[in-house]
Amino acid sequence: MRKVAIVGVGMTKFGEHWDRGFRDLVTEAGVKALEDAGMSGAEISAGYVGTMAAGSLIGQEHTGALIADYMGLNPIPITRVEGACASGSLALRQGLMAVASGMHDVVVVGGVEKMTDLDTAEVSEILGGAGDQEWELFLGATFPGLYAMMARRYMHDYKATSEMLASVAVKNHKHGSMNQFAQYQNEITIQDVLDSKMVADPLRILDCSPLTDGAAAVVLAPLDIAKKYTDTPIEIVASAQASDTIALHNRSSITGVKAAEIAAQAAYKQAGVSPSQIKVAEVHDCFTIAEIMAIEDLGFFPKGKGGEASLNGETQIGAKIPINTSGGLKAAGHPVGATGVKQAVELTWQLQGEAGKRQVSGADVGLSHNVGGSGATAVVHIYKRVN
Amino acid sequence: MVGIIGYGGYVPKYRIKSEVIAKVWGEDPDRIKKGLGINEKAIASSDEDAATLAVEAAKIALQRAGIPPKKLGALYVGSESHPYAVKPTATIVAEAIGATPDLTAADLEFACKAGTAGIQMCMGMVGAGMIEYGMAIGTDTSQGRPGDALEYSTGCGAAAYIIGKDAESLAIIEDTHSFTTDTPDFWRRNKADYPSHGGRFTGPPAYFKHVKSAALGLMKKMNTKVEDYDYFVFHQPNGKFPKAVAKMLGVPPEKIADGLLTPNIGNTYSGASPLGLANVLDIAKAGDRIFVTSFGSGAGSDAFSIKVTDKIKNREKGKPVSEFIAHKEYVDYATYAKYRRKFKGM
Repeated sequence: MRKVAIVGVGMTKFGEHWDRGFRDLVTEAGVKALEDAGMSGAEISAGYVGTMAAGSLIGQEHTGALIADYMGLNPIPITRVEGACASGSLALRQGLMAVASGMHDVVVVGGVEKMTDLDTAEVSEILGGAGDQEWELFLGATFPGLYAMMARRYMHDYKATSEMLASVAVKNHKHGSMNQFAQYQNEITIQDVLDSKMVADPLRILDCSPLTDGAAAVVLAPLDIAKKYTDTPIEIVASAQASDTIALHNRSSITGVKAAEIAAQAAYKQAGVSPSQIKVAEVHDCFTIAEIMAIEDLGFFPKGKGGEASLNGETQIGAKIPINTSGGLKAAGHPVGATGVKQAVELTWQLQGEAGKRQVSGADVGLSHNVGGSGATAVVHIYKRVN
Repeated sequence: MVGIIGYGGYVPKYRIKSEVIAKVWGEDPDRIKKGLGINEKAIASSDEDAATLAVEAAKIALQRAGIPPKKLGALYVGSESHPYAVKPTATIVAEAIGATPDLTAADLEFACKAGTAGIQMCMGMVGAGMIEYGMAIGTDTSQGRPGDALEYSTGCGAAAYIIGKDAESLAIIEDTHSFTTDTPDFWRRNKADYPSHGGRFTGPPAYFKHVKSAALGLMKKMNTKVEDYDYFVFHQPNGKFPKAVAKMLGVPPEKIADGLLTPNIGNTYSGASPLGLANVLDIAKAGDRIFVTSFGSGAGSDAFSIKVTDKIKNREKGKPVSEFIAHKEYVDYATYAKYRRKFKGM
């Protein structure tokens, strides 16, 4: 297996792109990534794209071909990958395997979702497809409802409070305020979260990630030729994926995401690093409770202590382990298929020292954690600055 | 030039408070009131509809104009709650006020701005010498789906304007400018009981873009600026949008206060900016200048620059809008649901 590096990254602003379509967004991100790598499309030999629900959200299937067409990449193969909210990381993983195996040399990986063409109720129903339609969604559960059940059990077992949950959103908005690509760049307070509209008790609207349009892309190349494209290649030193039951009620525990824990352990082993060596992480905070569980599943904090750590500011930039410097799904936005790739883009900037006001000093190893549905798919990648 | 020779506003007497609606739907009343800037809305009774509201407003406009109704050469009724899908509201109103048969009449629909579109049509006909006087009415008993955010804002009310030559006008319409695009922010399909809307899409690309563009377009055309006007009236789908657009245009809050009625009567749709203007005409003095910008979803805005003359004293012949707003009776949700025909099977 060859070592693989990210040699170019790009993304659109995340937000409500009412005047732009799916193809405009993904093309913008892809072109930016190619420009960042200083290469033309002719050097690309394959592409992978993560999008969860283009068929339902905009009525467009066959998105790989659409993207090849609009990016002017014909006739190279572009393959769509789907794993609900983890689609972006799955695409990254496919691209990584293609380059590592020697099947392809230079590969472009994209993630995209166009979500604001429909109203919130319709989009919520479509996102429900990330769970078990037959046993969860048909019976009335919604995604906020599933995560609310996880939150309630977590709060019961570990005496966590609504303030602890709220502190995650407050921190992510603070980080997002320093990110020009973030959907929300405004700071909020714990009281704002506690006063916001209840969605599914105990989750309020400010505990939830928004509906977002956006795209992100990275260019991958074998590490040994990476310097041809960039002075600061970022090596992907681990890629792990794990699965769990699709329905929440079939899990032995709902106060953590077991697939994420398994993927994280595998990734640490591949990379030969421990959680304490990670300097910056992008985690899947689709709801505030999800970030608290994530930082425990990843081994940054002991089980049951993630809420307190968040409230104490240990996950802010400058503190013990900066989590979601991009603003996370909460503030940067969550264009479902784009999220996993955006995490790789943000970590590339952090490890290159290009993250501006939100730069984590001394960041040399980063981790991304991307979860599909309520935890049936989890993907963890670890990235390292190449010296 | 042409102007307003008579005007009248009407607001039905029943009110429902935002908190009463919020309680039914399990919403936090304070968040609703703060979020939408609406305390209560005016609702028409069982025996009222867009036509009867229009008649009430038209009668007051005639009192102030002091002209026989038969002198009206045109009558346009703008509404999105015309009682009939096919059969004009305008003929009902024209007959009721005694303006028939020697006039042209038609119904207009352009979401919340059909009333100001009617004013422009009358301006054109009077200006061209086709008619001596024309009446334009904005009237609505607007529809909000039970439980939808719109239910807090959809109010009922009407305002009527008689347009004639400038020499007879209590306020001269100096100029008008419109800004129109195909922007689907809010709509109601045939046979649908309630409208659909695009949430935040009704804001930046719809209301704000059109109101701002029409207002700036007119000021550029006339070479005027915010400081030249004493009052501003903006379309008011809720209590927040008009304040926000005023801020964007650099209009101080005190200049919009008198034309902003939505916090206490809701959004009266086609009646909204015309009623706001009527309330300002009720207190303005000769020489004052008023800037009005309507907005209709779909989408478009009409901006007007208006100068009050000394004939404004004619307003004493009609009842001011403030009296209708003050004369109120609160109802509970069930009564409101009956009055607004929200029960299936009625």
